[in-house]
Amino acid sequence: MGTGDSHGVAIAQIVSACMGGIRTAGDLVAWMQLTRRMRIDKAKEYVAKKLNLNLQNLTDETIMSKVRSENGIGSVIPDHVEYMGMAAKSNISRLLDITIHSVELYKRHLHG
Amino acid sequence: MKDIVVSRGDGNLIEFSEDELYKDIVKGSENAAQKGKIDGLSKAEINHLVDIFSQPGKTVSVDPGKEVVVSDDGAGLMASWGRPSAGHAIPISDHQSILMYERVYCGDTCGLGFPDYSYKPVKSAIGYARSHYKTISMLTTIPLIYGSQPNMGMYYHPTGPIPTPFDYFTKYEFEKGFQLQEEAAQIMRDDIYYVAEQLYEVGCEAINLDTTASAGDAEFWGALQVVEDIKSRLPDMPVEMGMAGEEVIGMHGKLTYQGERLAGMYPHQQVEMAAKAGVDIFGVAVNSDTGRSTPYNLARAVTFTKAAAEQSSIPVHANSGMGVGGMPMTLLPPIGCSTRCAKALVEIGKADGL
Repeated sequence: MGTGDSHGVAIAQIVSACMGGIRTAGDLVAWMQLTRRMRIDKAKEYVAKKLNLNLQNLTDETIMSKVRSENGIGSVIPDHVEYMGMAAKSNISRLLDITIHSVELYKRHLHG
Repeated sequence: MKDIVVSRGDGNLIEFSEDELYKDIVKGSENAAQKGKIDGLSKAEINHLVDIFSQPGKTVSVDPGKEVVVSDDGAGLMASWGRPSAGHAIPISDHQSILMYERVYCGDTCGLGFPDYSYKPVKSAIGYARSHYKTISMLTTIPLIYGSQPNMGMYYHPTGPIPTPFDYFTKYEFEKGFQLQEEAAQIMRDDIYYVAEQLYEVGCEAINLDTTASAGDAEFWGALQVVEDIKSRLPDMPVEMGMAGEEVIGMHGKLTYQGERLAGMYPHQQVEMAAKAGVDIFGVAVNSDTGRSTPYNLARAVTFTKAAAEQSSIPVHANSGMGVGGMPMTLLPPIGCSTRCAKALVEIGKADGL
């Protein structure tokens, strides 16, 4: 799938053609492709609407850093580390109105 | 004047004049169009591809706003893994490697897998796979996708329980050869489902059937059936399916899925079958010819990818690793080549992701 396993190809392709994961809104768009089978344009529109942003904002690091911090959905900045991993995914699930299986299982374990 | 430097399918650099570049792109597109019975690239798309290769910079990128998301078949584990085909063998854990991929390289999703990257060996190490997945997924924010290859060839002698069907074909015992392939496909189907179910129990966020149909149409047939199993019995488990090549090889030849013959299918037909089975993201794989130029190989890849993307109801990711998606068949692809393939597959191939 996707980018491959030859040395160095992933970094080059991420920088040249991809959204940038938790640096921007790339992971949020990927969640929509996986959970709702949305094509790229529709997934971006959906995420932008949920975050009350325009499409350009989704790959704007300055704006997305603030949005990610405010919503507790993790980022690459150490100050935002309190919401990383399962805590961030829990907030992403609520924010995007999607079911993330790992989050649902974690909630079940948490509440017995 | 030969002033455009491009790669060849074996990774070596070659020089082209603009006319030679144009002609190779046309040839590549025509080859894909002829084989797949699909539209070739338009004049504007060919000129766009010529422009991508002619840009003087070392690297290129998509226009702002056209970015897509990235999936992978082990890219997040390359730092920690060391094996002949890929990996840097840095003495860190897979856990550390994946967190670096998420927070330093900034991939949109990340793949996790077992070094022996097929479902059959994962079954034997399922306890390790479960704890590996569970521990890492607690700390990752991006989707963590468990990947492996169906790799039906592993179910034949000497590594598997099924006699090699091709021994029977050479004796003209065709029905026996067909039957053995179908048996292997069913065992593979059971193994993949077993691994998926075990990982689902520890919260698996998505599963990837990578390099599907490497053993031909019977493998594709078995993989489509296990996707149905997963989607019907494991709620909220997304499935990715990446292919082994642009054509499903007819090692069996007679198998059908929902009335369609699988042998000989090209990406625009493969994606339709995958979507019907329940696949959420489909990976187009177009193989590179090591004796041809990257412009030729990329033109082929872009032509097939565009046809699949136009046909598809689900997201299409272009496989762009070693020897696929226009990329050379080499461990160390030139950066300029990697970025040119990425830009073309997204901007002309209309891929929803890489």
